Formats: sequence, C-alpha cells, structure tokens
Amino acid sequence: MRRIAKLASNPVMVALVASLALAGCASKKTPNSAADLGLGAGAATPGSAQDFTVNVGDRIFFDTDSSAIRADAQQTLARQAQWLNKYSQYQIVIEGHADERGTREYNLALGARRAAATRDYLASLGVAANRIKTISYGKERPVAVCDDISCWSQNRRAVTTLAGAGS
Amino acid sequence: MKTFIATLMTIGAIASGFWSFAASPAHALVEIDVNKGTIEPLPIAITDFQGDALGKEISGIVEADLKRSGLFAPIDHGAFIEKISNPDVAPRFDDWKVINAQALVTGRVRQEADGRIRAEYRLWDTFAGQQLSGEQFFSNNANKRRIGHIIADAIYERLTGEKGYFDTRVVFIDESGPKDSRKKRLAIMDQDGANIRYLSNGSSIVLTPRFSPNRQEITYMSYEGGQPRVYLLQIETGQRELVGNFPGMTFAPRFSPDGQKVIMSLLRDDGNSNIFAMDLRSRSTTRLTNSSAIDTSPSYSPDGSQIVFTSDRGGGSGRSQIYVMGADGSNPQRISFGEGVYSTPVWSPRGDLIAFTKQAAGQFQIGVMRTDGSGERILSTGFQQEGPTWAPNGRVLMFFRDVPGSGGPKLFSIDLTGRNEQPIPTPNFASDPAWSPLLE
Repeated sequence: MRRIAKLASNPVMVALVASLALAGCASKKTPNSAADLGLGAGAATPGSAQDFTVNVGDRIFFDTDSSAIRADAQQTLARQAQWLNKYSQYQIVIEGHADERGTREYNLALGARRAAATRDYLASLGVAANRIKTISYGKERPVAVCDDISCWSQNRRAVTTLAGAGS
Repeated sequence: MKTFIATLMTIGAIASGFWSFAASPAHALVEIDVNKGTIEPLPIAITDFQGDALGKEISGIVEADLKRSGLFAPIDHGAFIEKISNPDVAPRFDDWKVINAQALVTGRVRQEADGRIRAEYRLWDTFAGQQLSGEQFFSNNANKRRIGHIIADAIYERLTGEKGYFDTRVVFIDESGPKDSRKKRLAIMDQDGANIRYLSNGSSIVLTPRFSPNRQEITYMSYEGGQPRVYLLQIETGQRELVGNFPGMTFAPRFSPDGQKVIMSLLRDDGNSNIFAMDLRSRSTTRLTNSSAIDTSPSYSPDGSQIVFTSDRGGGSGRSQIYVMGADGSNPQRISFGEGVYSTPVWSPRGDLIAFTKQAAGQFQIGVMRTDGSGERILSTGFQQEGPTWAPNGRVLMFFRDVPGSGGPKLFSIDLTGRNEQPIPTPNFASDPAWSPLLE
C-alpha cells in the first residue's frame, strides 16, 4: 500500500499523464501505462495492486466543475472494469477530489459527485456495485501542488483504490 | 465561568449608576456614525491604567481592540501632557483637547484580597468636559484579558451606538505540514488571536467548525474512522458525539439560531447532496431539499424563519448560485444573479445582509448582498479566499485567504464598508474561521 501511494504521487508520472490527457489521447496506446512512462511494467505481479496502479491506471480526470466522464477517462475505466472483473477478490474505494478553485463545502459535494459518477460507470461495465464504496475529499488532498492550471487539472480526479481482498 | 459572568453583570450594572457623576444633559457629545461611507477614525487617548504591569496590560488590550476596529485612532502616549495619577478625579480637559483627544479613557486595576482582579475605567468626552461612562469589573486571573475586551466593547458601544464584538472567540482550522498532506486541527482563540487552544490532535482531517449560539458547543466535520461526518463538541468538557447516523457523508453543518437544530448537507447515493435539519433533542431529521443537484452550505436567518444555501440546480455546467427558502424547505428562490459563481452564503446576525464568496474572472471575492439579492457589494478580491463569518454585531467579517507562494491560508477581518482589512495573528496557517456570539 505504501508502494502504491508512492507510485501514484510520483510527480513525473502524474505530469506525463496530465499532458497526455490534455493532448486528447487520440493514439491507441494506453496513455498512462507503465510501458509508456518507462516505469518498468514487468515488475508488477499480475493481479496485484501495483499491477492495477501501474498497468491499468488508477485515476481519471475531470473538467472544471464537472463530473462528466470524459472520453479519455472512459478508456481508463474500461481497463479498470476489465481488471476488476478479472480480480474480483478486491473491494474498491473510489476517492473523489476537486481542485482548489472552488469553496470548501461545494468541493466536498463535487468530489462526491465525481466518485459516484465513476462508480456508476464501472458498475455499467459489470463491476458489482456492492464491491464499491465512495468517499469525497473535496479539495483536501491535492496530488499536485502549485498555483496554476497545470496542477488544478491533475487534482480534479477520481482515484480507484483497492481496499484489500473481500471479506 | 458562570459565577464570573454573574458577578460581572451585577456589579457592572450597579457600578454604571454609581460611578456616573456627569449631571448635565448630553449635548453634542462625541460619537461615531458607523453608517457613513467613509469613517475618519476618532482620535482617542487611552492612558495606561493604574496598577503597574497588570493595569498597563489591560489598557493595552483595550487600546489594541479599538485600534483594530478601524473606528478609533489611539493617540501616541508620548504626546500626552497630563499624567493621570488619580483616575477618580476629573482630568484636565484642556490638556487633552490640545492634543485633539476627543475621548479619553482612564482606569485602575487592582488585585483584591481574595485573589480576584478588580478593574475600573472611565470614558471622558474631553470637548464636552464630562464623563460618558464608568464601570468596574471583577474577574479571576484566567479571565483578565476578557476584562480588557469587555471594557473595549463598552467604549465601542458608548461611542458608536453599536454593540461591540471584542469579547468573542473564533474557532478555526489550524493547518500545518505540506499542502498535499496537510495536518488540520480544530482550534479556538480569542478574536485577537490570544489564548489559542487546540481541540483535536490532527490525526483526522477536520473542517468547517461553527459555534452554537450558547457558545459552549461547536459543530464541525471530521474524517475520523475514514468516514466524513458531522460531529458536536462540548468545548469545555471535550465530549463529542456524532450528529445522526446516516449512510452517506454529512457535511456543511450549522446551528439554528435557537441552538436546537443542526442543519447540514447529506450525500445521496446518486452523488447529489441535499439539506437536512436535525432536531438535537428528539433526534428527528427533516429533509429540506430534494433535488438532483448539489445543495449545501445552509445558513439560517437570525429569526429562524428562512435558510440561505448554495445550489447548482439552475443548471448550466454545474454553476453554483445562492438561494433562499423557508425554514421548512418551501419556496426556494434564487437570489444571486451577478456574473460569476456564488457560494458559502452566511446570514448576518442583524438579518439585513448575506455574506458570500464569489468567483469571477479568475478571482475569489468576499461580498455582501441584501437578502433579496439586491445591492451586491464586493468587499475584498484576491486570488484564493473564501468563507466569510460575521462578527456578532454584523459590522465586521472574517475570512481566509491563500496568497500564491505563501504556502497556505491565513485569517483576515474586514469592515462591512470594505475598509480596514486586518490580518488575524495565528501561529500556523489557518482556515475556516467561525466567529462566536458575544460571550456573557
């Protein structure tokens, strides 16, 4: 789990993901696969949490003040659903986040709406809804820290985290 | 605390009559009209109270409070001609007139045999040559700063005709550590930043504390146990309890004016948030909104008959605006129509205005509007600032601002006129301030 957090908050990786996402991601390549980023995909055991984070992509991004699932996010969620359906032992927590360009309480609600939209999209792809919990952090846990749009776009996100094997 | 309060009230009331020896009818007395557009601060001389270091400390608190209000201009002590040696005797008014001190404050502080502190003050109108007020107060040593604030409130009220706001506290969130893993602690302090005390240890994210009208309790949101929910906290005892046991996140709590209810947002399973009121005695909950939209940041009118809140129900691309509805959820009406996004509405304790945060042109603004949405006025504009809270007299707002490159937010106060912005000193970064009612 510590390893995942470290990977997920690697600024190089996040920055690359963001720039690819902004460019529209027309290519067939998976935009945030580890191979593209040279992070050594081979290291992750298939079916492990690390495999999910690095090879599938644990997060999607949103437009300002929106909880609509974008086209690039749909691709990521399709990969997530495929993986989660294959490794059905995992419980799932989806964290919804907002950038800092909104007020605190509104952003708590916005993060919640993003988490719910992500949950509903995964459920529509066959992931059992009772495996999924959601939580909103509003703007309380930014992953990128600066005072301009390059950071805000990375902070408007929903992160799918694996809560361990099901009970 | 209770006995201190009772003693203080009784003695204050008796003393007012006993101490006043100005018999002549008041005419053209010194006063400040706080409703004028621009206010020239009133030159006032606040002498060191008799009683050594303690006397000077108390009068220093009075002086600092009045100065920070922006309505008073305390005169440099170096300019004083008369040295007050006996505060029971009328001062030499000419000595104060010549340095343009329109009002003069003298006083004395003594330690009583029983250990209590006794403080007396007199407020003089130098140009009319008479005493305007005089009172004495008793307190234990732990409350000595409060004596200074109470005297400042009395002077403020006598000279402006408005209630003061110095004998108040602020609850807020103390922030430390890096921005992407901030440690947040509940904290309480006097309105001038003194006597800070921490009410949580920082192990969970805590947000948006608000005072009960009884001043003894706060409601706030905490991520304790990984579940973001609304809690009540007894300030003195530290006793905490969950407000209702709902399946989803509860947030954005605020008390009703009678303190009997907490109003808050509850997350629906579909990802939208609605507003609920919970009766703290019966534990019954009432749903007040039921929309497929974000409804949050509810705040009661001071008479409890209406609620102002934030909603993006108007559509567009999820743009939030300000709405007012009946306290039972009836007849919601949008009141904000300016260019921009509005949120965090808070009803003034006087009932006449609603303070808000507005985002427009890439900036965050703190403003006020009348309760029907008319008369919008922006008081402060900045890159990142939000969350106004009213001083109990409805003339001053506090909010928090994060200046780019500064690393984190700090607290500021600003007058309703948009003048006299003042930083509020806090040891660390600080956000989500909420002003208490006047202490009693």
